Amino acid sequence: MSEASVSSPEPQPAAPAAEVRDVEVPAVEVRGVDKIFTGKKKATVTALEEIELTVAPGEFVSLIGPSGCGKSTLLRLIADLDTPSTGTITVFGKTARQARIDQEYGIAFQQAGLLPWRTVTANIELPLELHGVGSAARKARSAELLALVGLSDFADNYPDQLSGGMQQRVAIARSLAESPRLLLMDEPFGALDEMTRERMQTELVRICAETGAAVVFVTHSIPEAVYLSNRVVVMSPRPGRIRDILTVSLGSASERGEQLRENEAFFENVSKVRELLHGEAPVGIRGVETR
Amino acid sequence: MTPTPARTSNSRAPRGNATLTRIGFGIGGILLLVVVWELYKALGPATGVMIGDLTILPRTTDLAMPHVWDMIGRLFEDGGTGRNAVPVWLAVLRASVFSLGVAAVGWVVGVVVGLALAVLMQRFRTAESAVLPWIILSQTVPLIAIAPLVRRWGSQIEFGDFSWENWMSVAVIASYLAFFPVSIGALRGLNSPDTIHVELFRSYGIGWWKTLFTLRFPASVPYLLPALRLAAANAVIGTVVAEVSIGLRGGIGRMIIEYAQQASGDPAKTWAPIFGAVAIGLVAAGFIALLGVLLRRYRRGESPA
Ligand SMILES: Nc1ncnc2c1ncn2[C@@H]1O[C@H](COP(=O)(O)OP(=O)(O)OP(=O)(O)O)[C@@H](O)[C@H]1O
Ligand SMILES: [Mg+2]
Repeated sequence: MSEASVSSPEPQPAAPAAEVRDVEVPAVEVRGVDKIFTGKKKATVTALEEIELTVAPGEFVSLIGPSGCGKSTLLRLIADLDTPSTGTITVFGKTARQARIDQEYGIAFQQAGLLPWRTVTANIELPLELHGVGSAARKARSAELLALVGLSDFADNYPDQLSGGMQQRVAIARSLAESPRLLLMDEPFGALDEMTRERMQTELVRICAETGAAVVFVTHSIPEAVYLSNRVVVMSPRPGRIRDILTVSLGSASERGEQLRENEAFFENVSKVRELLHGEAPVGIRGVETR
Repeated sequence: MTPTPARTSNSRAPRGNATLTRIGFGIGGILLLVVVWELYKALGPATGVMIGDLTILPRTTDLAMPHVWDMIGRLFEDGGTGRNAVPVWLAVLRASVFSLGVAAVGWVVGVVVGLALAVLMQRFRTAESAVLPWIILSQTVPLIAIAPLVRRWGSQIEFGDFSWENWMSVAVIASYLAFFPVSIGALRGLNSPDTIHVELFRSYGIGWWKTLFTLRFPASVPYLLPALRLAAANAVIGTVVAEVSIGLRGGIGRMIIEYAQQASGDPAKTWAPIFGAVAIGLVAAGFIALLGVLLRRYRRGESPA
């Protein structure tokens, strides 16, 4: 898809948008959320504790932390696939439940989760079809999205005829089908090899710039989090808490290219996230401008 | 007993050369059976093979084991006098079509009931724990025991122009055997979608009914097809046996008994309705195979194991 056909307003550079954000309704607002799972024999697991997080419209926020620290749980709470034990979650000013019913977000999981009996096109059109969009409009939209993820040649293939990376791209196209203002992604590139992964990251940055969507992105990879995000949320396990939030200022989405990975500031941020993850309390990280 | 998707791979829609190979093997199998039959008849002892008092191989007399060509030849001779003065094959064909019709009605009713139960059990956990034991228990009741009951209850049903007929009792018994594999297989199939798919539909804000038709039913096809095949086999067996125990005329079950009574004078004729019963089974199996081809889109996820 060419840059010219982008329908959203011009991609907002991250920095100047900051002032506007304060008056805007946040994309996601998590206030004092705990999540306690009660297992068999009354055993409880505190998956999340006192989570406070605000995601501005158009902002890219990554959740990173060791396995079991509650990243997926937090994402599922925002998606209203589960409910918090205490606290509130609002999405564009609505309750999480209302936001789900109003289709305010698109979601992509670690597995592609395509329906095996549907072609690539039919899989991408699934949410549109379920919500009663006419077939002509569906066709136009799926063609557009296929071009966006570079799979136009595979429109009529079935998922089992695609590689894992291609399936994942179809899943991402599907999550974008209804042009959501918020994307929730749980390790969507987890199953991909390093090369495909980097290409997908670049594509995702471009897609977000083109659509202006806010993203909450769960990942295990520090460079991935730094490369993609405006802010990186570092979490700690048992109980799952937010340890720190690092603002990454690597320029607006549209300015980020492959060369960024070689950039000095990029490495600086990577090592900051690493230090935060490993639990040392680096002095004065918070709020320090990194440029 | 529980059907699994893996089973269907045996009957996966064949293509091109594979089809020819399969047909070849099928014909080869039948020829082999004929050869073994005739060889044993020619070489085996007339009194059969015994260990102690136990007969382990049958007598080879014409009475016990007619020649294959006699059985086939008999098909083209008249079945008897008067009303029966038609070639045996025609009589068998008529009886087979009749029984197949009754079995088909029983199969359809069984499939509908089985699916309804499976949907109910999928929807309500409590229904599963309340109904499933009864479903399993129902299959332990011997057919001979329920046949007279069904007939008696049926004969009390009468309203308006409708009156219960014996063939309906037979169809009910066929459906009684057919619904079981369907309900079990369909329940597994309806519960088979991955969590990720179920949550995806939830994230789309789609309700249970729409999820049932767009996700659960398509996903259940690999489980449903072997269940439907079992149900078809059960319906055919149930029909033939119930025809005998209820005493329904016109079907293959009754014909088997009638011809068997003439066995001493006409041994080859006994086999004619048995061929008919086999033919019914083949038609039923063919129908399910056709269904499998029509639904092949929904079987892509099947494991090749
Ligand atoms: N449905 C559940 N029932 C009980 N406990 C659960 C459930 N889901 C998650 N948990 C627990 O909550 C904690 C956080 O799980 P979660 O899946 O959110 O971790 P995660 O950060 O996504 O881990 P990973 O990086 O391995 O995906 C874990 O200790 C897990 O055991
Ligand atoms: Mg997770």
